[in-house]
Amino acid sequence: MQLTAENLACERGGRTVFSHQNFSLGSGELLQLTGPNGSGKSSLLRLLASLGEPSHGKISLAGGAADLNPGQQAHYISHSDASKSALTVTENLKFWRDFLGGGDLDGALSAVNLAPLADYPVALLSAGQKRRLALARLALVPRAVWLLDEPGVGLDEASLKLLVALMSRHLKAGGLIVAATHVPLGVKADKNLHLDGKAQA
Amino acid sequence: MTLLFALLRRDLILAARQGGGVGTALGFFLTVLVLLPIGIGPDQITLQRLAPGILWITLLLSVLLSADRIFQQDFEDGSLEVMAMAPASLELVALTKAMAHWLSTSLPLSIAAPFLGILLNLRSEIIWPLTLAMVLGSFALSLLASIGASLTLNLRRGGLLISILVLPLYVPVLVFGMSATTGNPEVIAPSLLILAAITLTSLVLAPIAAAAALRAYLK
Repeated sequence: MQLTAENLACERGGRTVFSHQNFSLGSGELLQLTGPNGSGKSSLLRLLASLGEPSHGKISLAGGAADLNPGQQAHYISHSDASKSALTVTENLKFWRDFLGGGDLDGALSAVNLAPLADYPVALLSAGQKRRLALARLALVPRAVWLLDEPGVGLDEASLKLLVALMSRHLKAGGLIVAATHVPLGVKADKNLHLDGKAQA
Repeated sequence: MTLLFALLRRDLILAARQGGGVGTALGFFLTVLVLLPIGIGPDQITLQRLAPGILWITLLLSVLLSADRIFQQDFEDGSLEVMAMAPASLELVALTKAMAHWLSTSLPLSIAAPFLGILLNLRSEIIWPLTLAMVLGSFALSLLASIGASLTLNLRRGGLLISILVLPLYVPVLVFGMSATTGNPEVIAPSLLILAAITLTSLVLAPIAAAAALRAYLK
């Protein structure tokens, strides 16, 4: 599988956030996105998630399902957790499992160490636990490409180790990861893309 | 299909647990219907003549009151982004969410309305045509509300704007909903058929419009 971006440019609110970005990522590779605040890391991830159209350039995923766009074959973990506080941990995950197309619920719960809290309403979880619930989606539904926006924020040391294990397992299984981060993740990045925030016109 | 059922189920559970939208709509509905006869006065003939119109307008306003909940929470907590990346099209997601709004809010209201009409001295022979018209029309109301809800997605207090956007679209529903309840048996069937046509048209067009607005917001 090959995720390729050619001559990518992104415009938000009339301002060019970045332009002329090229990269190519193969199976089992991790691309680390770095750059100062506002340099377009999240915008790039959203483009890869097919949530927006690049103002210039093209994103393609070779070797995937032909009838799905790259976003439909990817997980996007953004800053928001996409969980409902009125539902329990299990109910939240069950919904995403059914909605996104099947997976191993118990495996996902134990992968982020939420099994003891499975029947808790999400309203009672701490910020870090909610973050783990969001990350559980990665383990729940198998998808080739993971787009992670600051995945380690709010996690304690033990949870960070779980995240690292999750990411390593995905890479070993031939998955692709694009992660935007300010701090080293603990997984060796195969490629680096630095967005400097100074877009060329 | 299972995916849309999962969404419908989740939205109904959320509506039941959080109560906010449905509860507010039902409370508003009941309050208006209790206060109006007091305001208008005890003249039973006046009340009887006004009853169907009052019931329809209260239904429209109650549906609008809870309309901003159709997409807003899912937008704020990021669920909508994840839904946009599912193998289902956003149009079907919008349709399912409008349907959840209908089942949780508009449908219970439209079934309760004619019976609450007793407070307004509603004539007994138009209870059934009114129920039928409201059940048919309320689906269109929820679908049209979903257009307004998607257009005002990230506006705090977008409720008022939804009303301004959507109320004009409610006029046909109101016109034919009323004509089904004039008590003249010859116009009941045609009015109900036209109402059904309006609902079917909204069923096709509203999800397309709502999904287009959602896409624009997700960019």
